[in-house]
This record gives sequence, structure tokens and C-alpha cells, in this order.
Amino acid sequence: MTWVAAVVHGILLGGFYALLASGLALMFGVMRIINLAHGSLALIGAYMAFLLTEHLHISTYLALAPVLPGALVVGYLLQRTMLERSLRAGELVPLLTTFGLLIVIANLLQQFFSPDVHSLDAGSIGPASWHVSSELSIPWFDVLTLAIAFTVLGGLQLVLRFTQLGRELRATAEDADTAELVGVNARAVYARATAIAVAIAALAGVFYGMRSAFDPNAGANELLYAFEAVVIGGMGSLWGTLGGGIALAVSQEIGAQINQEYFALGGHLVFLAVLVARSAASAPRIRYALRRFA
Amino acid sequence: MSALLQVRELDARHGLLQAVRQVSFELAEGETLALVGANGAGKSTLLRAIAGAHRAAAGRIVFDGHDITAMAAHRRVKAGIALVPEGRRLFPNLTVEENLRVAEASGRGGGWSVEAVFEVFPLIAPLRRKRAATLSGGEQQATAIGRALMTNPRLLLLDELSLGLAPVVVEAVYRSILDLIEGGTTIVLVEQDLARAMSVADRVACMLEGRFVLEGSRGELTREQVTEAYFGLRRQEATA
Amino acid sequence: MTDTAVAPPAPRFRVQRWTPVSVLFTGGLSGVVVALAFAPVVLGENSQNNLIQLYFLVIMAMMWNALAGYGGMVSVGQQGFIGIGAYAAVFLSVQHGLNPYLSMLLATLIGGAIAVPVAAVVLWLRNGAFAIATWVVAEVFAILVSLDPNPAIGGGTGTSALLPFTLRYTPEQRLHYTYWASLGAVAVLLLLLFVLLRSRLGGSLQAIRDDEEAAASVGVRVLLGKGILFVVAGAGCAAAGTIILAWQLSVLPLGPDSVFGINWTARMIFMVLVGGLGTFEGPIIGAVVLYLLQTYVSISGVWYFVMLGGVAIGFALLMPRGIWGTIQERFNVQLLPVGYRLRSGD
Repeated sequence: MTWVAAVVHGILLGGFYALLASGLALMFGVMRIINLAHGSLALIGAYMAFLLTEHLHISTYLALAPVLPGALVVGYLLQRTMLERSLRAGELVPLLTTFGLLIVIANLLQQFFSPDVHSLDAGSIGPASWHVSSELSIPWFDVLTLAIAFTVLGGLQLVLRFTQLGRELRATAEDADTAELVGVNARAVYARATAIAVAIAALAGVFYGMRSAFDPNAGANELLYAFEAVVIGGMGSLWGTLGGGIALAVSQEIGAQINQEYFALGGHLVFLAVLVARSAASAPRIRYALRRFA
Repeated sequence: MSALLQVRELDARHGLLQAVRQVSFELAEGETLALVGANGAGKSTLLRAIAGAHRAAAGRIVFDGHDITAMAAHRRVKAGIALVPEGRRLFPNLTVEENLRVAEASGRGGGWSVEAVFEVFPLIAPLRRKRAATLSGGEQQATAIGRALMTNPRLLLLDELSLGLAPVVVEAVYRSILDLIEGGTTIVLVEQDLARAMSVADRVACMLEGRFVLEGSRGELTREQVTEAYFGLRRQEATA
Repeated sequence: MTDTAVAPPAPRFRVQRWTPVSVLFTGGLSGVVVALAFAPVVLGENSQNNLIQLYFLVIMAMMWNALAGYGGMVSVGQQGFIGIGAYAAVFLSVQHGLNPYLSMLLATLIGGAIAVPVAAVVLWLRNGAFAIATWVVAEVFAILVSLDPNPAIGGGTGTSALLPFTLRYTPEQRLHYTYWASLGAVAVLLLLLFVLLRSRLGGSLQAIRDDEEAAASVGVRVLLGKGILFVVAGAGCAAAGTIILAWQLSVLPLGPDSVFGINWTARMIFMVLVGGLGTFEGPIIGAVVLYLLQTYVSISGVWYFVMLGGVAIGFALLMPRGIWGTIQERFNVQLLPVGYRLRSGD
């Protein structure tokens, strides 16, 4: 029964990873940018929510109301000031500037917020869970997180498929030059994509703050897991990110079942295995062999 | 009637290579200009420079009285210039309809709509939900022209419509846009097929090595003259 | 019409590799290296310690540049090899009682050897996926080391190489020998990269960087070229790890500042970006800059890293070619002759 519990918890945890990763997937899908500072931006979201709840005594969920629009603005500005120029300078440069940003944010947070640990109040849903059996207990907060992840991903898909913004995003992602030639302002489109991505990051950050205590250096592991989710899911595919997150989290939980210390390792090994399998499957010699014998 | 488009001593480069040299010409509203010339003569680069896809190294472009030399491509579209690029350049994973609707980004009012495009190109009407990557050459060309039309352009730039298409298909494409051509849209078209260029356009200009080497209206020039200019057998400096 | 064949025109161009400037500079550089070898005799303990730090920074910068600048591979996981180098050296000297400097040499080779299967896993990947995968591999190494029950490895609490050194050498000797070992490592790796880049591999790498598909279509063995770079970088970073071990003696496996820590990559990116990505001289300059900042700018830990990150961003946006890249572009200068020059006439 504990294996079942591991899988169930993995699915729920995967929802959180997917939420954290969807902003990454969006930025990569549209602009081919790997935002190494994504986790730091999420953490800023958590800290902003913390400030609001501390000083205004409002619920964490209510704090989202100012935090999310604020994150939209931050993302827009980030793109227009830094990332736009990085993109123009070359393919490798965004990797480098976002890495610099990661270092700057992490250390500034440490400077202004002290290394103390904080956490956000999840409200009454926080401690509640569904006791399915003596060995399986499903926390409602995790279910909420998974539901939010679905909503965000679903919402993004809807925007991409049915709105003008979505069409412009997809067109610019495929061929920015030609998009410009039909009237699309590519730079504004990119800025909007980054704005959305950072807002989702902030949302994920707030949820992270509710599920675990955080300090300025928190989230480094979770960020890596989010990246792994994006890569497993196929670099830029939105639903793939959800699948990737769940696959990763389940591997981690199963690893932890085998041995508590194998949590991260379980995920990493499955990640590498997926990559190897994918590369092998696309290698010409192997494809040829598969065609002949399969 | 002042010219809709004025190009003055335009220079455009590809790295160190000078692709367009000191090109000057004017186009009145409603005129159709055909640009002919061998591959590499600079025709596409000239069109792209007018559309804003290629930065001018020197010179001026004046459209409807405004100097647009430094204007970004998407703003030129908003001003009324539309380019159908060489090789079509559709968005491969978007459907035909989505390709057309992306162009609504130009925000220009006017008569063109998805339905209107399908009326002019009935060939692609049943394909509205098909991914652009799966279309045939002729279907892609029709979609590409339709996409440009969706921006309600005042100046339409057509780059090598016949490229890679079977003669029958080219014929169909030209027939569809005959109304456009004769109906008063200002057009610059790049065309390798001399006969077609001369039959469709009001004026013809021949480019060689980045320069206009021959220019004149349809009635003025003979095919022999154009052919000679095309191959550089006779040079005549273009007048501004 | 005649029947005699037309003779080809007498060649008016020749290809030149060494210019007077580069001969001068290479000679000068070699002289500097020789001069530095005398440092233990002339300079004090502090200076030697500082220089050792400079040397392993130079090695790391060179290796990261080899990957990213010459191979187009952005690795965020070279710290994995730094850690392997350090821990392999510990394992050989503590567990098996080998001479610590011999252990360092062997650990370097082990690093290179481990790079081969890692390359087999990650080399097929492109940019983003490649970067993440290298990071994951480094994490895996760190976790495996931290879980290792072997008391010589020390698990999560780290280990020390104090014993192998103190059994054989006085602290002064250890300093001198470590100094020479690290200077030697820098010289050897510099020479190795220099030779590689002047060889056919160098030309292939330029082709790969410009257009991988086109290069493959004319017979350039893309994966082999990248693989060689990856293995060299693995060995080089392992060498840096062994030097760190010899210098600070105790190491930890986990945490951003550990021997497997992500901060090493932060430093590598800084050095290469500031010095000049893709140039030969750039990483050396970048390492010197970082070394000077580290040694002479005393600001608190947090602000130091903020400055590092901020400077990195600034360079990426304003001077993306780095100090040396910009100079090279402006003045068409090349100090170390890794390229070709076309000269006309005699």
C-alpha cells in the first residue's frame, strides 16, 4: 500500500513541479530562453506575499491579488530591459544573463530578508487531508496545487489556441521576422510572454511558501526539478511539462520509498534515462534498426 | 498626384556585399511595377528593405509623404505596406485560418477579412483548418498572399510568386490576383518570367548587380531591350 | 587558339600563422611561466597561496571557455568534475596511501575518463537540455559521494586530505609542491589547448560553431570534436579540483560553495564572459580580473556576489565579446597564434 501512497504523492507533487515549470516552458517555447533566474523570481513572489500578509494581516490567497499583477509588470520590464538585449546578443547570452540575475536576486534577498526562515499561511485548507486509508492520506492543499496547475496550463493552452495574443505568440515563436512583416510587434509579444511567465512563477512561489518554509536560498532543488520536468516533457510543450513533472515526482517518491536518501537521486536517474532513451531512439542507426525489425 | 512610394538612393548590404546600390524610383498610387533581373541582382533585398525586413545602409524611403527609412517593419505594416516574402514563409504549425488571422495584428481597418480572402482564393477555402506545413506550393502561395491582404495594404510587395510552382499553378495564382492588380492596388512585384511581368505591370524595371539598369513603362520597352538589360549586354543608367 | 596549356598564375598569397606580435607574446608568456616557477623561492607564503588560487581559476576559465566558446556547449555542471577530481585524489591518497601528488595526477586522468560516459549521455543534447543535463549529472555525482559509506570519503560531512600530506611533507614543502603542481597544470593544459586549437580540430570546431549541419556535411566529425573538448574539460576541471584539495585540504560534497557547488560555475561564467568568450587569451584575462577582485576588493559575502552577478550581466549586455574579444575586434590583434592570416605578396 505504501507504494500506492508513493505514486499518489508523486502525482500531487508533480502538480507543484508543473506549476513551477510552466513559466519556464512558456519562455522556452516562445523565445528559446532558459531562464535560470526563474526560481529566484518565484521566491520574490513568496517574499512579497510574506510582506503583505505580515503587514496587512490578509490571507495569503488575497495577497495574490497585488502580487500577480506586480509580477506581470516585473516580467514585462525584465524582458524589455535585459532579456531582449540578451536575445539579440546571441543564443548563449540569455543563459548567462539569467544566471547573473539568479546570483544577484539570491544575494539581495539574503541582504534584505535575513537568512531567517519564513512560511506562508495556507489557510484552513492547510492541514486538512483525506484519510483514504491507514497508509494513504491525501492533503487537500496538494490537490488544490494540482488543480491550480491544471488550470494554469489549461488557461495557457486556451490563450495560445483561441486568442489573437496566442496566435501572435505562436507565430513569433516560429518565425519572428515574418511575424513582424504581417504587423506583429515581436518585442511586445516577447515581453507579454515573459510577463505571463513571471506571474506564473510568482504564483508558484506563493504556493511553495505555503507548502514549505523558505529562506533566501530556498528552492534551488525545486528549480532543478522544474527544469528536469520541462526537459522530460519536451522543452516547450505545456502539457508535456505536466507529464514531465508527474513522472519526475513519482520517480522521486519511489526512490524515497526504496531509501529515504534516494529521493532526488531517483528523479535524476529517471531524468537521465529518459534523455538517453530519447537520444538513442532518434539516432539514425537505431531508427533504421527499429524500422527493419519492428 | 504625388507618388505613394519614393525611394531615393537606397543602399542595402549583406555583410560586406552591396546588394542594392543607389536605387531611386517613384511609384504612384495604383501603379504596378515589375522588377526583373537575374538571381542575386538585388530584387528581393530591395523589396525587403522597403518592407523593413532589411535595414537600409543609406538612402531614404518615403511612403505616403512620411519618411519611413528608420521605421520598424511592423509599424510599416500598420502604415500600409505588406510584403509577401520569397518562399512564402508561412507559419508552419498554424492553420491556414490562423496564418490569416495573425495578420490582424496590423490593426488596419479595411475590406479584407478571412471570408474575403477565401472568395479571392477559393482553392484554400476548404483548407482553413489545415496546418500550413501540409499545404502544396500553390496553396501556400495563395495563403501567403491572403495573409498580406489581411493587413489591408496600400502597397503590396510580391516577391517571386512563381518560385517553385508549376506553370499551371502560377497561372491560377495570377488569375486570382488579376483583379487586385488591375483594380488599383499599388504593387511592386518581383518576377522571373519576363513575359508575365511585362503583361501584368504598368512599368518594368530591370536590376543588375544592385542597380536599376533599365526602366520604363510597358509600352515603351520591347522584350529584346529588357532581355539585353537582364543579361547586362547593354547598360542604361536609371533616371531618378 | 593554341594548344599549349595555360600555366596557373604564380601564387600571390601565402598563409601565415605566426605574426611578429604573436611570436613576441608567446615568447613572453613562456618567459612569464618560467619566471613564476621561481616564485616559491622569492615570494612569501601569502603570495604563493594567492597565486595557487589564480592558477585553478585560470584552469577553470580555460576549460569552460573550451566548452562554450569553442564547442558551443554551455555546461552548468563542470563543478561535477571539480568534485570528482578532489574526491578521487582523496580516495587514492587516503584510502590507498598513494603519494598525494601522484593521486592528483591520477585523479585528473580519472576525471577525463569519467567524462567519456557522461559525454555519451549528454553530448547529443542541444543548448538548454544540455545545460540542465550537465547540472543534473553534477548533482548525481555530489549525491553519490555524500551517500558513500566509505569513511575515507566521509559522506555528507566531507573529508580531508590532511594526513597524506602531513605524513610526507612539511607545510612549507606542501605549499611549494602544490604551487609547482598547479603552475605545471596550468602550463600543460594551456599547451594542450593551444596544440588542439592549432590542429585540424581547431578548424573543425570553428566550422561546428558556425554551422553544425554544414560542417557535418563536409565530413567534419562533429560529435568527435565536441567529445574531445568535453573530455579535456572534464580532466582539466578535475585537475582544478585536485589543486583545491591540495590547497584547502578539507572538502564538502554538498552546498553551493562545496567542491561540487554551483558557485564554481558562477565563477567560470563570470571569468569567461568578462575576459572574452571564444578567444584564447580571454579566459586568462577573466581569471586575472576575478582573482584581483577576490584578493583586493574586500566587501562582505553577499554584496560580493551581487557585484559578480551584476558585472556579469553588464558585460553580457554591453560588452558581449568580453574585454579581449572587444580589443581583438577593434585592433585586429591576436597574441597567441591560433588562427590563420592571409598575406599577399612575398
